[in-house]
Amino acid sequence: MANTVTKATRESFGEALCELAKENDKIVVLDADLAGATKTSIFKKAFPERFFDCGIAEGNMMSISAGLASCGKIPVAASFAMFATGRAYEQIRNSVGYPHLNVKIAGSHAGISTGEDGATHQCLEDVALMRTIPGMTVLCPADHYEMMAATKAAIELEGPVYIRLGRLAIDSFNDPDTYKFELGKGITLHEGNDITVIATGLVVNEAKKAVEELEKEGHSVRLINIHTIKPIDRDIIIKAAKETGRLITIEEHNVIGGLGDAVCDVVTSECPVPVRKVGVYDRYGYSGPAWELLEAFGLTATGIAKVIREEIAKK
Amino acid sequence: MQTTEKRQLKVLAAKARLGAIIGTFNAKSGHPGGSLSAADIMTYLYFKEMNVDPSDPKKADRDRFVLSKGHCCPSLYAILALKGFFEWEELTKLRHVGAMLQGHPDMKGTPGIDMSTGSLGQGVSAACGMALAGKFDNKDYRVYTVLGDGECEEGQVWEAAMFAAHNKLDNLVVIVDQNGLQIDGPVCEVCGIEPLDKKFESFGFNVIKINGHCFDEIEAALENAKTVKGKPTAILAKTVKGKGVSFMEDQVDWHGKGPNKEEYEKATQELEAQIAELEGEC
Repeated sequence: MANTVTKATRESFGEALCELAKENDKIVVLDADLAGATKTSIFKKAFPERFFDCGIAEGNMMSISAGLASCGKIPVAASFAMFATGRAYEQIRNSVGYPHLNVKIAGSHAGISTGEDGATHQCLEDVALMRTIPGMTVLCPADHYEMMAATKAAIELEGPVYIRLGRLAIDSFNDPDTYKFELGKGITLHEGNDITVIATGLVVNEAKKAVEELEKEGHSVRLINIHTIKPIDRDIIIKAAKETGRLITIEEHNVIGGLGDAVCDVVTSECPVPVRKVGVYDRYGYSGPAWELLEAFGLTATGIAKVIREEIAKK
Repeated sequence: MQTTEKRQLKVLAAKARLGAIIGTFNAKSGHPGGSLSAADIMTYLYFKEMNVDPSDPKKADRDRFVLSKGHCCPSLYAILALKGFFEWEELTKLRHVGAMLQGHPDMKGTPGIDMSTGSLGQGVSAACGMALAGKFDNKDYRVYTVLGDGECEEGQVWEAAMFAAHNKLDNLVVIVDQNGLQIDGPVCEVCGIEPLDKKFESFGFNVIKINGHCFDEIEAALENAKTVKGKPTAILAKTVKGKGVSFMEDQVDWHGKGPNKEEYEKATQELEAQIAELEGEC
């Protein structure tokens, strides 16, 4: 594809904020001493007067954002996913979520692809934590173009949003000319009837490569990209469960509380089918180059293809 | 301050205390001790200081109030009712299923509440956000927040203090209701916070120490705060927990329980007598 770009979603997010801020003067950005890493530095450079560094105090940042939102601003509060959603969970729940304030929370360095920094910085729980907050929209875009569109949608939505950003530069796979982001709607990237793979975030492209490989082997695998984990697209999941009878979920997150559980919540009540949850199995990550870690955790095309073959064999 | 005006404020504060007793009695729970200690400060703010309009609770240019010690909302609710934000009868349904008045302030459901609070330490940060928005928009509204002294044990209070001073939020006034008691006992025994004045000073605040039950001192401190530019103000208000109800005064046990029927009757008699006496003088 002509328009493939290789870029970390954190960078796409920073660029999107700048674009949106030109049109919307309510947007202000807060960071907790990680602007260079979360890429809110891009916004800071363009709109220094609308950028507030809270220092290393994430809980304070979330409650300050709540106060700003109560006065009509659209605060975007960014930090590493670990500290934004982990350390400041209770501030998000009580200061932002409970009053349903218009705060956008950006968690970068999510997942094991954070790499060398190791377990303390590889957040594997952010989606689970943010899903528990009533009224919170949870977004996990998969490439540059999706992140640009998702950021716009997050700003346009009145209410709290969590948006998951990655550190690792990844290839885009969406076609900017035809790509359409619709909040709460999954996207079928590949049609198929033997089994369905449902993925989110940076592993979507890996799943796509795996599905294409399986197709060459003669298997018909459906691939769905879920960029909105909450509210989740129930229809696309139920349809896939009914038509293919077996699901595999792929996420760079603990299998407890993430996309896999969100999908299970839907199928168990509507159309129970076997679901294989692929992710990080209730453990911590460790230091290492991102791609080596993804490989080790079975989250690259090779590992995903292996799981798909195993699950097809069970049918 | 004129004697008549002071008496009127005293009447309103006594009525706020009465409302807090009515609320916590009907709720069979709640926090009368801190509600009574902060009653004079909040009465002054709502009836003398703040630009608020009960007919337009979300008015953009209004002064903001954040009860960071959210559990002391019973007297705040009474003040909002006296001010006309909602009916006094709502107090009898405090903490009941389906009631407007929640156990801790809910900005979504209660007119006049500017921020949902209850989790200690967070309200002061939210107040910083409001003050920052005011500065950013060149508005001249002011933001007031009341904290408990026990609340000052929360690290977030000091994160907020750093932020307020760093951003020169001179439109922010932090008032600490220093009644000296928290759930587990005297603050100085649980986990001492003193010297609180030096702490706030070193964090970059204009610090004023007052008697939190003296309207003249409350007025002077708030007026002083307006004259100080480039830094936020902290008013350390020495108060008596349970103030106004004899058997609740300075008793740690009255932090978080509702009065029983007998206690309710005794408390309301005392407060009604205070009101009658003050109104007789007015």
